[in-house]
Amino acid sequence: MNAIWAIIGRDVRLGFAGGGGASQTLIFFGLTLVLFALAVGPDQQALASISGPVIWTSVLLAKFLSLDRVFQSDFEDGSLDLIVQRTPTLGVLVIAKATAHWLTTSALLIVFSPIAAILLNLSSDRYIALALSLAVGTPALSLIGTIGAALTFPMRRASALTTILVGPLYAPSLIFGVAATASGQPNDILFSPAILFLGASSLMALVVAPLAGGMALRLNMN
Amino acid sequence: MVMRSIFEYANPVRFAAVSTRLSPVFAGAATVCLTTGLYFALFASPADYQQGDTVRIMYVHVPAAWMALLCYTAMAASSLTGFVWKHPLADVAAKATAPIGAVFTLLALITGAIWGKPTWGTWWVWDARLTSVLVLFFLYLGYISVWTAIEEPTRAARVAAIVCLVGFVNVPIIKFSVDWWNSLHQPASIIRADGPSIDSSMLTPLLLMALGYGFVYAWLLLANMENELGERRLARALSQKRPVSKLVEEQSVI
Repeated sequence: MNAIWAIIGRDVRLGFAGGGGASQTLIFFGLTLVLFALAVGPDQQALASISGPVIWTSVLLAKFLSLDRVFQSDFEDGSLDLIVQRTPTLGVLVIAKATAHWLTTSALLIVFSPIAAILLNLSSDRYIALALSLAVGTPALSLIGTIGAALTFPMRRASALTTILVGPLYAPSLIFGVAATASGQPNDILFSPAILFLGASSLMALVVAPLAGGMALRLNMN
Repeated sequence: MVMRSIFEYANPVRFAAVSTRLSPVFAGAATVCLTTGLYFALFASPADYQQGDTVRIMYVHVPAAWMALLCYTAMAASSLTGFVWKHPLADVAAKATAPIGAVFTLLALITGAIWGKPTWGTWWVWDARLTSVLVLFFLYLGYISVWTAIEEPTRAARVAAIVCLVGFVNVPIIKFSVDWWNSLHQPASIIRADGPSIDSSMLTPLLLMALGYGFVYAWLLLANMENELGERRLARALSQKRPVSKLVEEQSVI
């Protein structure tokens, strides 16, 4: 148990340290939103109708960008060898890594999601729905992404392959995330069907990730 | 008993012997099924009372979609066999299935679009069935790119197996997408609790075509596997600096 907290704490500290990936992820997220908005043009109505999908897509893209630092930098400086030796089961390591990844990417993006919503003219009664859908849906993204990262980290151009492998598996979260942002009455957001599906996919990823990610890690560390 | 019989064919010489005998059988059966199937589909079956002759696209579309799912399931099964029991030919079979399955998926998507234009009035809609089949196509491409990205075949096989098994989640989603969501695509009409809801005059050509597609898959699978085994033999011989001319006699290494 201590090992998990140690790994999470270390990764989060590294992520937020100067030159860590967290700030880059946030800047990338903001930049993607700006580019989308510029492409749509100044029409407020058009912007409002696509704001939910655009914010969710930008979150996905920011996730892709940050996946290569989950294992690769540790692998390159050799610390992954030590961590793997000292961790009782590799599934636990996968969960810890995914948690740290979530804290340094999604948690940050959720905090800044109201600003994104204002920028893209999302209707104000949808702010909570957006933040909630991100909170429930993004754990699946980090967990599935960690499987992808565990499969590809020894390769030289890993990030492109990780994106190709993980992208199709992100589709359900994206679909239900956008639906959850758009649907449900303001007073009944917590139990809209889309939110429940998002939660289901996160829970399912929580089951699959330690298994598949652990196997992939063991394979790549030999 | 079953495991033992599978492992008898782990020997590539024995596999090659069986494969060369079965290949022409599959090729012949595919030709017969597809020819008679196409005859029934194009001439000897009635036009639909609503869709007219457009319905005949179904006879190439539906079997392709079935094969897209069947190939992925076969790939997942052989990946599991290769991963758990380290059967050397299972990895080869999984790798050999991927491009065939990808082409069947693409065929299903394209023929579906051609059918959709006159019937639904659009080439493409982002509905559950269509989207999930498109995702399946990308899963195939991802699986294939794992094999191209990792040079060492044993490690590539294991990484690819995990990728394949994780992606298998999509297969039941495709199968039941027409039941779970209100889809433009029609629900299942062959395998139903109350029997097929399709007339036998249309069911005969459909099943013949499906059988033909299946034999095409079996035939191409064997050819692909032989190619892959030959390629590995060649790579090994080249790395050991042996004359290529001796390869023909040496069939004992994978």
